[in-house]
Amino acid sequence: MIETVGLTKQYPSVTALDHLDVTVGDGVTGLVGANGAGKSTLIKILLGLVPASGGTARVLGHDVATEGPTIRGLVGYMPEHDCLPADASASDLVVHMGQMSGLPYSAARERAADVLRHVGLAEERYRPMGGYSTGMKQRAKLAQALVHDPRLVLLDEPTNGLDPSSRDDMLALVRKVGHEFGIAVLVTSHLLGELERVSDHVVVLDGGRLLQSSATTDFLHATGSLIVEVMGKPDAERLLGQALVEAGLTARPAGRALIEVEVRDETTPDVVRDLTVDLGLGLVRMQERHHRIEDVFREGGAGSVQPV
Amino acid sequence: MSSPSEPAASGARPAGVIHDLGYRPYGGPRLSAGQVAWSFFLTGLRNTYGLGRSGRSKVLPMAMLGLILLPALILVGVLVQARQALDLDSQIVSYSTYPITTQLLISIFVASQAPALISRDLRFRTITLYLARPMRRPVYVLVRLASLTAATFLLVVAPLLLMYAGGVLADLPLGRETGRFLGGVVGAVLLAALLSGLSALVAALTVRRGMAVAAVIVVLLVSYTVVVAIQGIAWTTGNDRVGEVAGLFSPYTLVNGVQHFLFDVTSATRTPPEGTGMGLLYVAVVLLTVLGAIGALVARYRSVQP
Repeated sequence: MIETVGLTKQYPSVTALDHLDVTVGDGVTGLVGANGAGKSTLIKILLGLVPASGGTARVLGHDVATEGPTIRGLVGYMPEHDCLPADASASDLVVHMGQMSGLPYSAARERAADVLRHVGLAEERYRPMGGYSTGMKQRAKLAQALVHDPRLVLLDEPTNGLDPSSRDDMLALVRKVGHEFGIAVLVTSHLLGELERVSDHVVVLDGGRLLQSSATTDFLHATGSLIVEVMGKPDAERLLGQALVEAGLTARPAGRALIEVEVRDETTPDVVRDLTVDLGLGLVRMQERHHRIEDVFREGGAGSVQPV
Repeated sequence: MSSPSEPAASGARPAGVIHDLGYRPYGGPRLSAGQVAWSFFLTGLRNTYGLGRSGRSKVLPMAMLGLILLPALILVGVLVQARQALDLDSQIVSYSTYPITTQLLISIFVASQAPALISRDLRFRTITLYLARPMRRPVYVLVRLASLTAATFLLVVAPLLLMYAGGVLADLPLGRETGRFLGGVVGAVLLAALLSGLSALVAALTVRRGMAVAAVIVVLLVSYTVVVAIQGIAWTTGNDRVGEVAGLFSPYTLVNGVQHFLFDVTSATRTPPEGTGMGLLYVAVVLLTVLGAIGALVARYRSVQP
């Protein structure tokens, strides 16, 4: 769907993208990074709206530098900022934008009604958008990105400004677009937990550089250690930790009443259980520790991303 | 208690349920770039008269259209009914004078609709949605300007058309009347292009709508008032040349001067351009202003961030 090679964008005072090599395929791809990591710049370059300073990018097989209009005909774009005229209704705007993407009037009307239903705007679609809540505005923005049946949509921070329940709805919608509608999705967010839930693939940007690009499942693989929570005595985790180290295992405190234990072989959980019983402690839980996407940032040294 | 929307008979397939058809891709025809631009032009033209917008936004443009037609209707009535009695052998007000007589209405129309068409996209940043579509930036600018020009032209030419129809009904010499009417149409085209270019530029530079309306009003009305005052003084004091030069600075006197020069119509101003040199200067100023406004608009939009 998208392929960039050595993509660089140099503004007079700042390097927004630094030799970026990214490949994006079908399904939902999450683009994660802190504010200013280059996510929006990348999207604008992919749409052919902003020229790159160096490198190449191809979207659906078309070169962004020379075939911008072709790409924009095949791609839908949901901007991060507000872009809805307050005096128009969602229905009118989506029909109009469908026409601007090349649909004949009758087809634009039919498609607009369809996509507005899919994004969940019912009767309110006939009201002026100036009176919409943020959630409704985001839905209208998504509808205009889908109206011309694009092959790829670029969604810039679709959950921005939404309350938790609206955010869940929007994420479910993004997932539906990618998996049920058969439209490839590139969705950006500065919130990591969100993309863990909806994307098949995650691209992590930091300061315009590629930090990591892999399938979401790779981020979440087991790390080979156990998280053990104990209770019963004031310094229960310290007591158990000492006992584990004396038993020859590697263990370290992992927060309040928590210990992280390296798994040596399949008997490790039994050793933990027996030692806990010997110390007269209560074993609250013992589970495999999984990576979360924010670990990539921790390891990569990027500190400014907010985990959810 | 059962709600009224529940199906009456259990087991019967409920009526009135919307079935989720799932997502349907679109495989139908798509318009070419030219057809998209044409559809954009028509939408803009309709919007200028409030069609396809809220009911409230129809009031002002439609009121201006009604008001500008009213004097023409009365003139036609008088011409048709009382031609013999008053011994008239031509239009009571000439085609070239009519727009300058109704300049207030035209200015209000342009001042209210240029921001509605131009500033709106910039203020709400709807421009991003257009830029993210296949249409190129300069095409967007030119089509927006074309919509505004066409709308202004319709406003200016509508009363002239009414007067022409009245003139034909009143048995004025057909050939002469048609010639004068076509001269009036050329004037309407020039006036529409000038007014739209200038007001679109002001509107594009003034993102806030209220400010844009005020700015266009000031530019058009103040320039006209000042020019007419200077022309009056110049004429009284015998300095016609000063008045002729002053006439270059208002779209209304400028276009009237061009019509006087090209079609030899009765001037609506005290000091019309005399001599070929001054006449050509008037024509050149019209063309340069229109082209300059287009150039400045394209340049202005080049700096708009998507």
